[in-house]
Amino acid sequence: MKCNTKCDKNGYFGEFGGQYIPEVLKPAIEELKEAYKELKDDEDFQNELSYYLKHYAGRETPLYYAKNLSEKLGGAKIYLKREDLLHGGAHKTNNTIGQALLAKKMGKTRIIAETGAGQHGVGTSMAGALFGLETEIFMGRIDTERQQPNVARMKLLGAKVTPVDTGSKVLKDAVNEAMRNWTATFENTHYLLGTVMGPHPFPTMVRDFQSVIGKEVKKQIMEQEERLPDYLVACIGGGSNAMGLFHPFLGQDIQDSNNNGAKNIKMIGIEAAGKGLDTSLHGASISKGEKGILHGMLSYFLQDEDGQIEEAYSISAGLDYPGIGPEHAYLHNLGRVQYASATDKQALNAFMELTRTEGIIPALESSHAIAYAIENAGNMSKDDIMVINLSGRGDKDLNTVINSVNKLDNKIR
Amino acid sequence: MKNLENNLENDLKKDLNKNIDEKPILVSFLVSGDPNIEATLKFMNALDEYCGVIELGIPFSDPVADGSTIQEANVRSLSNGYKIHQSFDVLREFRKFSDTPVVLMTYYNPVYKRGIENFIVQAKDAGANGLIIVDLPLDEAEQYRTICKKHDMGTIFLVAPNTSDERLIYSDEASTMFLYLISTFGITGTRDSFEKMTFDFIARAKNLCGKNSKLYVGFGISNGEHAEKIIENGADGIIVGSAFVNIIKEYGDSETTPYKLKELARELSDGITRGYDKYNEKNNY
Repeated sequence: MKCNTKCDKNGYFGEFGGQYIPEVLKPAIEELKEAYKELKDDEDFQNELSYYLKHYAGRETPLYYAKNLSEKLGGAKIYLKREDLLHGGAHKTNNTIGQALLAKKMGKTRIIAETGAGQHGVGTSMAGALFGLETEIFMGRIDTERQQPNVARMKLLGAKVTPVDTGSKVLKDAVNEAMRNWTATFENTHYLLGTVMGPHPFPTMVRDFQSVIGKEVKKQIMEQEERLPDYLVACIGGGSNAMGLFHPFLGQDIQDSNNNGAKNIKMIGIEAAGKGLDTSLHGASISKGEKGILHGMLSYFLQDEDGQIEEAYSISAGLDYPGIGPEHAYLHNLGRVQYASATDKQALNAFMELTRTEGIIPALESSHAIAYAIENAGNMSKDDIMVINLSGRGDKDLNTVINSVNKLDNKIR
Repeated sequence: MKNLENNLENDLKKDLNKNIDEKPILVSFLVSGDPNIEATLKFMNALDEYCGVIELGIPFSDPVADGSTIQEANVRSLSNGYKIHQSFDVLREFRKFSDTPVVLMTYYNPVYKRGIENFIVQAKDAGANGLIIVDLPLDEAEQYRTICKKHDMGTIFLVAPNTSDERLIYSDEASTMFLYLISTFGITGTRDSFEKMTFDFIARAKNLCGKNSKLYVGFGISNGEHAEKIIENGADGIIVGSAFVNIIKEYGDSETTPYKLKELARELSDGITRGYDKYNEKNNY
């Protein structure tokens, strides 16, 4: 299968992507595009980025063979890419360090960001503190309430946290507010977008910063298993951790030149099915969305017949975005990546299962990917290798989980 | 062939501008369905006397280019069950009494979701003269422009103080009805005063493209003094939204609202007249 992993000069992956932005942002976007084009192949910039990723953020993160979970499920060998062990507690740090460094090189003195679960907000606040950039985080009012530990972290790190009271008061509204702020402040401000969405060049830039995940997995699995995996699994909100894992493997099936066994690696993105895909309470924009235009891109969105964007829902704040990055939309249309979903209940069950079998408390976002393994690994061969991106740790979700599990069946004793 | 196309575009431009006096004009913006669709028709009728163009906003769930005043108006309308066809219905009613040009303002997703051609045909059929799509920059607008041209629908593109000369000229060519100059950086909403940047921008636009399109300035204008200053500096019109929407927010669908809307429209018109006189004096007309 041929899969073009580059977008065209206008930022399109097939029919998805583009730059649907108010005119006032055009010069800012062009400035960013040029700066990134120049710096992404600049050796000094890459060396500096690698330095911070290694010595500040703690890369490389382990690829851990989850023996207990694998044996319990009785099928594929399950490996966990431990992005939960990255400084900040999630993969978000890869992107925030990359973009903050870029902002600094561009001469910006301020960074702004949107956040849902708060992990991107924490990552941006850390990067702001590290590089001496004034930082403001926009966060839906509801998310500030359900993710209070992360709000406290952001404030401790010196960021201003601005609760957003418009719309549904969650992630998409925080994106709207950050974009509004950027239109007035772009001269000194970089909008540090947290996922593989938005107008070109954000989807490719964020993907590139996150691709360190897949590159490491490729090397680590060769060291441990002497072959590439059969399955790559990651949760999908906007899609950055999944794209970071998948991207270095895309095209592997046609250009695996190191005799590593040319193969068609199955890639699976797990969306939030919330209370169920047959209800209106979910965040499955690929499974249930339609083509549309929002936040600077043409992609899949949850929307009504008039094109009004609908609210997404998930127990996990990081997955309740009503859209998906354009490269995912393209890979879905191409059939190269399979998109499945897990409900709140399945994610909670997966959260408990990983915690009890491996002593690892995963983020609720990542628990959606674990849920796929619980559902499917048992039906796979013992020779199959599945790598799951454990995108973040679950400390921030403890209140949500304890309340939900107690409510569901009083499982925690 | 190119000349023929240019002539056709120029004819279309003249045709669409036929109701627009040479004197600078007021463009009044309202959000459809705020607070209800019947009130929108009343408000349009109230403003008609003073307006060269009425801009009718089609509410969108995620209006990223709008400030809190217009965002809240969108929420008021959508939470009352607003549907896009109601904007077409209200315009059709308005057309029974008035031939004042009406442009519809919205974001691209409602247009895209309805089908671009379908939307344009329905808008045209209802009596719309032009469209403003705030998150559709020229670079993404080729198909949209082709369909607008096919159905004689006016196109209006926005330009900002940081728009390059090249893009200004290109935007001027692509705008068949008027060119929308954003007064400053940021989002819609009333402001206390205007910076030198705004006036420099008007002068630059006038120099580069004013011969082709009318230049109307929007974002932040809320009173007669603002109107006077903007027109005195060479604009062909002003676009006022948030100040009208604030009145609707305060007085709702009451008997007072049309009166208050007219009062502000009159103040703005007087400001335009004063500004126009000063502009003519300055330029020895």
